[in-house]
Amino acid sequence: MDGYKNIWVWIETSSDGAARSVGLELLTPGRKMADTIGHSLIAVIIGSGADAAVKSAMAYGADQVILLDDECFAHYNTEIFTDALQELVEKYKPDTVLFGATANGRDLAPRIASRVHTGLTADCTELSIDAETGNVQWTRPAFGGNLMAVIECPNTRPQMGSVRPGVFKKGLRDDSRTVEVINETVKPPAESRAKIVEFIADAAENMVNLEEAEIIVSGGRGLGKPENFELVKALADALGGVVGSSRAAVDEGWIPHAHQVGQTGKTVGPKVYVACGISGAIQHLAGMSESDTIIAINKDPDASIFGVADYAIVGDLLEVLPALTAEVKRLKADKA
Amino acid sequence: MNILVCVKQVPDTTEIKINPETNTLIREGVPSIVNTFDAFALEMAARIKDTQDAKIVVMSMGPDQAKKALKECLAVGADKAYLVSDRAFSGSDTLATGYILSEAMKAVEAQEGPFDIIFCGKQAIDGDTAQTGPQLAEHLDYPQITCISDITVEDAKIRATRETEYGKEIWESSMPVLVTVTKPPYEPRYPTIKTKMAANKAEIPVLTIAEVKADPEKSGLKGSPTRVKKTYVPVLNKNGIIIKEEMAADSAKKLAGLLSDAGLV
Repeated sequence: MDGYKNIWVWIETSSDGAARSVGLELLTPGRKMADTIGHSLIAVIIGSGADAAVKSAMAYGADQVILLDDECFAHYNTEIFTDALQELVEKYKPDTVLFGATANGRDLAPRIASRVHTGLTADCTELSIDAETGNVQWTRPAFGGNLMAVIECPNTRPQMGSVRPGVFKKGLRDDSRTVEVINETVKPPAESRAKIVEFIADAAENMVNLEEAEIIVSGGRGLGKPENFELVKALADALGGVVGSSRAAVDEGWIPHAHQVGQTGKTVGPKVYVACGISGAIQHLAGMSESDTIIAINKDPDASIFGVADYAIVGDLLEVLPALTAEVKRLKADKA
Repeated sequence: MNILVCVKQVPDTTEIKINPETNTLIREGVPSIVNTFDAFALEMAARIKDTQDAKIVVMSMGPDQAKKALKECLAVGADKAYLVSDRAFSGSDTLATGYILSEAMKAVEAQEGPFDIIFCGKQAIDGDTAQTGPQLAEHLDYPQITCISDITVEDAKIRATRETEYGKEIWESSMPVLVTVTKPPYEPRYPTIKTKMAANKAEIPVLTIAEVKADPEKSGLKGSPTRVKKTYVPVLNKNGIIIKEEMAADSAKKLAGLLSDAGLV
């Protein structure tokens, strides 16, 4: 394992060359781990016209940026990105590589880990590094959140892991930071066998980016009927947030699956999560317990959602929600 | 069309309880089910078979009890099932599992002919890693399309709808290809009494490490770069602030005030 050095964070870019939030979030634990073992923190950016992502990586604390900027990287492609990352990994031999567990991160990370025969730990919720052994302590939930496991990759490098968006918070942006950017090139990609041919804009009701939302108001079976989701939506609008749901509400057909938070839905980590009429099955908790502040509204005082709540209102949703929405609107109007 | 569906038998995580005295997982009596996403994958494959000439083979790695899961698959569209089972495979992480499955697939292909499409669930609901499918594809050096909710087969290629945070993408791939499946806009079909009885009678060949011809050094714990260092049951009692006023409006007002004080509104 000699010769492997530095903590890498793969910074995913969008097609306009900006960094996806989760990559910047990962610079936070990456910084800590790099400092613990005296390594550098390096942002790896593979994209097209990715200047904005480079600037962000610098501003959020990378010590160096390795950049692969080429038209062929404009859209994510499993084969092209795996080949490119393999070349970089073999050339620079990083000690650790962190991936955001987005759809693309979850496509790329297992592929590259398998390619270079190393260990990968998915969807970590805590990260630290053992200063003596240099082994990252990858902590992750299993069995639908019923169990937490600490995983190590003791005998191979690089050690790799992924983290869901929202689990870590971005540091403070410092646009005055400038660091070295290594402009890399890799061998031109061969024709890939699988590729994107079309993007489909979702219907408006399905367009919801829960993973990057700062405020989420979710409704569950306790709402009683689909019309009552309007109360959830009204509160979300008042708070400037988006609407989520429990699986039960999706199963009832009250709201599309795209809104579902939890093990078979999305994993979220907003600043504020409001759970309305959600009992708090462990599968739901697995998807939202990393939220900074959790507010639960439920008429059952024994609901397990209260176990993770910072603020708990025991009461009738149909009365509490409109009152809370009105109160939030009033407060906002006062502040404006 | 020759289709392989990889399935995993998992404990039904909705039925797992915690022993409050020892703070450990109670595994006894927890029903085993076909992993939810694998059931979606099988249904997607079965829908291909509904419209064209196709054979569906299911394969699972696990202990002898996993035959039960395979029989459930045989009752809802699968034509043939194989169990990959050997003590040497236990303790495999996703890298080793991907390797073993790739070797096992070659052994199955020797019997069933080469597969055009390999279906996996997006992830298993016990481990939730979403790694085994892509790692199997990498061991096979096959293209992959992950997290799909729809597929159509056109001549020599497939077209699949991939679900991402930012919307849907349409991908195309040549065959053979491996796909991983998320929740499609339909539910898996139910077995009938007739298909259940036929499935119960089916012989399920067991492939051991010898038949799979897997390298023991790359299998099981030996072939697994990751180690579980420890596990613990998360404790869920945040001791948050409980608001329970007589009138809902007062509760709402109090909460809004607290949120405002905390700078959250």
